[in-house]
Amino acid sequence: MEKVLTKMVGIENSQNIDVYLKHGGYQALPKALKMTPDELIQMMKDSGVRGRGGAGFPTGMKWSFLPKDNPKPRYLLCNADESEPGTFKDRVLMEDDPHQVIEGLIISSFAIQAHTCYIYIRGEYVTGAKILHKAINEAYEKGYLGKNILGSGFELDITVHRGAGAYICGEETGLIESLEGKRGWPRIKPPFPAVYGVFGCPTIVNNVETLVTPIHIINRGVQWWKDNEPKLYCMSGHLTRPGTYEAKIGTNLMELINDHCGGIPNGRKLKAVIPGGSSVPVLRAEECDVAMDFDALAKAGSALGSAGCMVMDDTTCMVNALWNLMKFYSHESCGQCTPCREGTHWLEMICGRIETGRGRMEDLELMLETANNIAGRTICPLGDAAAWPVAGLPDKNKGGDLNGQSFVNKFREEFEYHITNKKCKVTIPHEWN
Amino acid sequence: MALEFSPEKKKEVEWTLTRYPNKQAAMLPVLHIAQYQFGCISPEVMELVAKTLDLPVSRVQDVVTFYTMFHEKPVGKFHIQVCHTLSCAIRGGSQVVDYLENKCGVKCNDGISKDGKFSITKVECLGSCGTAPMMQVNDDYFENLTKERIDQLVNKWKSE
Repeated sequence: MEKVLTKMVGIENSQNIDVYLKHGGYQALPKALKMTPDELIQMMKDSGVRGRGGAGFPTGMKWSFLPKDNPKPRYLLCNADESEPGTFKDRVLMEDDPHQVIEGLIISSFAIQAHTCYIYIRGEYVTGAKILHKAINEAYEKGYLGKNILGSGFELDITVHRGAGAYICGEETGLIESLEGKRGWPRIKPPFPAVYGVFGCPTIVNNVETLVTPIHIINRGVQWWKDNEPKLYCMSGHLTRPGTYEAKIGTNLMELINDHCGGIPNGRKLKAVIPGGSSVPVLRAEECDVAMDFDALAKAGSALGSAGCMVMDDTTCMVNALWNLMKFYSHESCGQCTPCREGTHWLEMICGRIETGRGRMEDLELMLETANNIAGRTICPLGDAAAWPVAGLPDKNKGGDLNGQSFVNKFREEFEYHITNKKCKVTIPHEWN
Repeated sequence: MALEFSPEKKKEVEWTLTRYPNKQAAMLPVLHIAQYQFGCISPEVMELVAKTLDLPVSRVQDVVTFYTMFHEKPVGKFHIQVCHTLSCAIRGGSQVVDYLENKCGVKCNDGISKDGKFSITKVECLGSCGTAPMMQVNDDYFENLTKERIDQLVNKWKSE
């Protein structure tokens, strides 16, 4: 398949503006500037692009929520706080093709009529921040940024803003608070950022990969996009060739594992996959024959999320894997809401005591109950994100209670073995050299 | 005596302030600049940042204590952060920590090695899962770690 989003990856000096121009870069921008902002928003709606950060919210609809009569300046915030475990696709875009990101930001800013854009990049991505900063300077020199861009009268400033190590700042209102120079404590919605965002002004927050999509829709057309929609998949864990892969949205998960990533190494067997970043329910090996798109994965009881696939072979202890994730959420809970702050801590503790041979059989129900008491009871989705790997997605038929279809029930036998035998069921050690 | 930014850092701070509609929004970037100059964010550094941004020190402390990347105490010349979240963990992340502890002569989360060179921490996902196991040392990522690669790196850093 022709590479669209990752076309520049592997090309020498791909970060340089002249190289980007030589490969057809900044060609969508003049076309976009000749359209009206409303036409661009309609184009995004028609193409059906859904947010690539995790929630999968329709991008065109998000943009159309901006109030028409608010005289305050508008802001575009590019969410590059890529922190969802298993996710590393935006890093590839920013480090290998920063001008694609910048072109996408200019077009998106024009569409929403923002004159200031911040790229909120996670603090650890120092290399990415430096590359973007340099690329922004090149774009200013060539007249793609600043006042009167390409003679259109449109004005835009972009600034790289480094975070400082907090998963919660990837949540859009946590990001806004952090950008304002505070703790990244999410805000209660409504008001939504489109109405009251950063500095109290109308604000759109989108993921990096989402914000590069308008370039390709403009260059190739809405129909092409609908027929060929490209998506980045982050493949990690027990794979022969882990990495970021571009494939058509809806590519089968087993095809990604076997054909793109060379399968599971060392003759091991596939055991489980977390398909959309650590926050989504896990799939058993036999459930992995599934199309990697929003609807198919939702039907399979999981979610596409950020498309971070964590692949586990039969050397993986599922109790230990869940404990690992619970440590993550417990550490990253911002502490604002009691159910999440206390609940993630208890999930870590309970899972830890099962893993270390001190578990009780009733701990399994306790974990499911704790997860249920977090989900849907917090300001932001971090609580849900911690609960779903434990106890699955909300079930409408159970009044919104979690359906129980994730780690604890799908691998219940392994949890019970741990409790009864005070040791791990998996006896094959994983080697590291 | 109250701390001051170096002339070079002062320029960076001034440029940074031009990029935001108010001074408080420059909090994280100015803290980063301060940490590059002073090595950690001590109470004196917090005072300097507060003065620079026209904010009470409590606002600065509020932020510093929230984010993992700001150190309130000094770290080693080579501050090693090993990712231990799932994708790295199942590819040897914790063995990397054990191996580094032996090589560097300091335990994880236990201050700085006697020679002042190393400090080690375990951190959550660094967004480098496709190249696991990995670690961040100061600003740089080191990926696809093997024992041999760690030997080379640590020996090089010991001689620097």
